[in-house]
Amino acid sequence: MELYTLDIKGLHELIKSGEVSCYEVCRAVAERIQSVEDKVGAYNTLLLEQALEHARQIDQQISQGGEVGYLTGIPMAIKDNICTSGVPTTCSSRILANFVPPYDATVIERLKAEGMVLLGKTNLDEFAMGSSTENSAFKLTHNPWSLEHIPGGSSGGSASAVAADEAVAALGSDTGGSIRQPAACCGVVGLKPTYGRVSRYGLVAFASSLDQIGTITKTVHDAAVLLRVISGKDACDSTSVDQPVPDYLAELEKSLGKPKVGIPREYFAEGLHPEVKERLQDALSTMEKLGAEVVEVSLPHTELAIGTYYLVATAEASSNLARYDGVRYGYRAQQYESLKEMYVNSRSQGFGAEVKRRIMLGTYALSAGYYDAYYLKALKVRTLLKRDFDAAFKDVELICTPTMPTPPFRLGEKIDDPLEMYLSDIYTVTVNLAGLPALSLPCGFTESHLPIGLQIIAPPFEEGRIFRLAHAYEQEAGHFRTRPPL
Amino acid sequence: MAITIKEVEYIARLANLEFSPEEKERFTHQLSQIIDYMGQLQQLDTEGVEPTSHIIPVSNVFREDRVRPSLPREESIKNAPDKGEGFVKVPKFLET
Repeated sequence: MELYTLDIKGLHELIKSGEVSCYEVCRAVAERIQSVEDKVGAYNTLLLEQALEHARQIDQQISQGGEVGYLTGIPMAIKDNICTSGVPTTCSSRILANFVPPYDATVIERLKAEGMVLLGKTNLDEFAMGSSTENSAFKLTHNPWSLEHIPGGSSGGSASAVAADEAVAALGSDTGGSIRQPAACCGVVGLKPTYGRVSRYGLVAFASSLDQIGTITKTVHDAAVLLRVISGKDACDSTSVDQPVPDYLAELEKSLGKPKVGIPREYFAEGLHPEVKERLQDALSTMEKLGAEVVEVSLPHTELAIGTYYLVATAEASSNLARYDGVRYGYRAQQYESLKEMYVNSRSQGFGAEVKRRIMLGTYALSAGYYDAYYLKALKVRTLLKRDFDAAFKDVELICTPTMPTPPFRLGEKIDDPLEMYLSDIYTVTVNLAGLPALSLPCGFTESHLPIGLQIIAPPFEEGRIFRLAHAYEQEAGHFRTRPPL
Repeated sequence: MAITIKEVEYIARLANLEFSPEEKERFTHQLSQIIDYMGQLQQLDTEGVEPTSHIIPVSNVFREDRVRPSLPREESIKNAPDKGEGFVKVPKFLET
């Protein structure tokens, strides 16, 4: 068994027992990166020398009696929209191509304090706006299972890095599915925690009422390990919630019992790919065998979710991205006659097409004459979407859905049709609008060996419930043992 | 078409963006398609429904107003494209 194929759990046991050093782990992953990164294209920035040096330092600390925690010496990848002190944080945008943050995001501080080794920064759709990572200004990322297919997005770099064993685990961000959808495409585990569970300090803002940092891992166990570390109140993010952080590993190991799992009838309407539907039904049978009671529920406003989401998200984005003006950081145009022209030229040259499209949509939705008809209307429908979940969770403990309506599509297939691309987020966006936690994990493959994901949703702050069902299903189904043929 | 080229030009001005004629045409077409799709929200009666702008009920969050260490000045403007003497430089915009 190659070291780079192991998850956090497996590596931790070897490091703790002294069987392998942190340096050996880091070197194994670094060599793996060197052998497959040309094909996958997961990373914007690689820090292999620093990572190896860091791993060596950690070994030294261990030899002097330093404690070995769960993340000690674990090499991780970080999405390139999460600030890392002294390391470029580009958001895969020309406008931030040279941006080097002078501080760490809170999640990075917490991971570093636990001994995480930073391998590099991963590719994304520019400013996390997209569902295929094709909107990156720098490079294409490929799906490790089939290089002609999308890795999903926007955290496509993080998901493909973990799937290709180019990182043991990764962080991503999820505004409308950007962790769960790429996790589904790449056959790995993606967790979007409850809104407010994890500090967003140092996450480059896209849509602040929806954005959440989360994890991409090889197993459910590893998601539980990481969530424990990154969760909790942070004085630097006033939207982080002061709720006790449970021992998620203990939660995961509790017996499953007989959870009542709801299947939303509206999610099985037209548009669901037959192979996705079949794999999901197989998964539900497995869950029933494990003790779950599967019942139908209704989320009646589902068909309005995409419209609502893209109004709310673009409105917030248009306001958040007003800060890029070429003054304090980021790209500044070479030629301009006035301050105003400097703003306009810097923005017009620095942003890519999808980011401009969303700024335009959001500005439109917020502009005089359209505010009530679009933005305010969307906020009201958001209330109804949230009430749908509140009502469903009166009856069931968890909700189970497909993560994505289709298997991963081909690179280039939807890039010229923005609306078609938006519709691939149909099953993930409502979770963000309602602020709920949700996790995507593999539930099998298509006939052509492309991964398919299923999503488990819980009420706010009930991540532990998700972990229990996801872990039990994962161990029974065993899909995580199948690796991409790289 | 849900929106016209003229509206696209107006929105672009509000957003501090500028487009070539071809871009304007493409955006008018794409944005119209998306806005048409969003029009489905209009068909739903939301009379009496409270808007949700933020999912958790937090209003103002206060902290003690105490002096704490912060980034050194040089560090904080390190990323500015043009700077000097501890300041960020921009083109002159006030008449003297």
